[in-house]
Amino acid sequence: MKKLINNPEHVVEEMLEGMVAAFPGYVRKLEGFNVIVRADAPVKGKVGLVSGGGSGHEPSHAGFVGRGMLDAGVAGAVFTSPTPDQIFEAVKAVDGGAGVLLIIKNYTGDVMNFEMAGEMAEMEGIKVAKVVVNDDVAVENSTYTTGRRGIAGTVFVHKIAGAKAQAGGTLDEVKAVAEKVIANVRSMGMALTPCVVPAAGKPTFTLGEDEMEIGMGIHGEPGTMRTKIMKADEIVEHLMSKILTDIPFKPGDEVAVMINGLGATPIMEQFIMYNKVSKILKEHDIKVHRTYIGEFMTSLEMAGASITLLKLDEELKKLLDAPADTPAFRQF
Amino acid sequence: MATDAAGLVKILEKVAEKISENREFLTELDSAIGDADHGINMSKGFSAVVEKLHSQKIDDCGAILKTVGMTLVSTVGGASGPLYGTAFMKAGQAVAGKSSLDFQDFVTILEQALEGIKYRGKAQRGEKTIVDSLEPAVDILKDEKDSGDKGLVMEKALNAAKEGVEYTRSIIAKKGRASYLGERSIGHQDPGATSCYLMLQAAIEKIKEMSVNGL
Repeated sequence: MKKLINNPEHVVEEMLEGMVAAFPGYVRKLEGFNVIVRADAPVKGKVGLVSGGGSGHEPSHAGFVGRGMLDAGVAGAVFTSPTPDQIFEAVKAVDGGAGVLLIIKNYTGDVMNFEMAGEMAEMEGIKVAKVVVNDDVAVENSTYTTGRRGIAGTVFVHKIAGAKAQAGGTLDEVKAVAEKVIANVRSMGMALTPCVVPAAGKPTFTLGEDEMEIGMGIHGEPGTMRTKIMKADEIVEHLMSKILTDIPFKPGDEVAVMINGLGATPIMEQFIMYNKVSKILKEHDIKVHRTYIGEFMTSLEMAGASITLLKLDEELKKLLDAPADTPAFRQF
Repeated sequence: MATDAAGLVKILEKVAEKISENREFLTELDSAIGDADHGINMSKGFSAVVEKLHSQKIDDCGAILKTVGMTLVSTVGGASGPLYGTAFMKAGQAVAGKSSLDFQDFVTILEQALEGIKYRGKAQRGEKTIVDSLEPAVDILKDEKDSGDKGLVMEKALNAAKEGVEYTRSIIAKKGRASYLGERSIGHQDPGATSCYLMLQAAIEKIKEMSVNGL
């Protein structure tokens, strides 16, 4: 295993310290906790947005802390949910009196830890609401399982709920718009290579030199299909057919698109993917309002990418277009 | 049988020891259907529990169990932390203020622990979770709590938990990371059901040993 690190046990803390050192005007770290908050937190009268999860998905989540997006990002160990005491500190630090919304990705551990933190905060008299993001169409949606996972679509929830909170929305309004994004966002990813959790020192799974896995989760969870590698256009066609038929997206719809590299996918390949996405959307008479290409929700050094589509209405368009200024997401 | 706070700490130390002995085994079970960290995280959590219990002397059995729960929640992580943490906190609430525990309290503690786990994990029996080993044991303890031979009742409860662990091999995971595997989870023993059985085994062994010694 080759990694540009000092000590596997210190990766999260050193990363967060580095982020604060690089963006002191934007963020600060809560002393003694792996929590990044807006430099000016708590913002009085504004609903606070707290998200987080295991580390290894950078720039999620701390990279999206800033004006117009999150108020706090809580960083667990690599691929491990943060604990309730950490999340609780984040909630306390960003509560400006208008309540706090927890944005949770749908993983068993994340949901339980955030729920416990929410209960702790409520006992202290802080108003808390939560939403659970489950945009990954690769996992079957059944009430009898854990259900769909939350992946890159979560960033659209950060952006849009963040804009609503920044505009003075109440906790109920911010939660409602977050739920609307969740109802209208769908993603699916694929992997060409696994990744190595620093503390484990070996790959989370193995893929043959000529193999890929479709529907792979951002922690290397099993996907829907392992096959010989295909051409980019064929891969995109497969992912898009699953995504488009899911809501479903209809001719005349307007969408935002995100191509999300998982950590080791060249920008060149992301544009090659988008080239095909754009053609498919044109064929389906679906209009693209905005496109985001890059790394938003990575999986350490995994090679691969996910595609996310968000179906927009006038309210979502306005909030998506609103400015945001964070270490990893800037839009003016 | 009855135990004071010092006895309760000894039981918890035994539980920690059992988890630590089975660190690799639990991790191995987890690597088949989860993310290969159950033994590592649980033994990390229980080391912290023992350290915490040694750093302060608490006479209230409820407070001891609550401390265990809080420590697990902040050190274990993943799903096991909140699940076992809630279990111990809920058990602690039920015996709050007591300086000694009898057999009926032991039953109450496990009953409340089960309640806590079901509440936190929204799980029921048959979903390949901790509930599959804990609930059968609690059922026996509740049904036979007035029996004269407490030792036998505990033995039967432990056997029921063990059968529960075996049962998890035959069913599909419906909770947690293992649920993504669907049918591929069949044939594998659930790490959570197993760690719960081991904890129960350690506690019962210690309780019996202390009873023999007249504690």
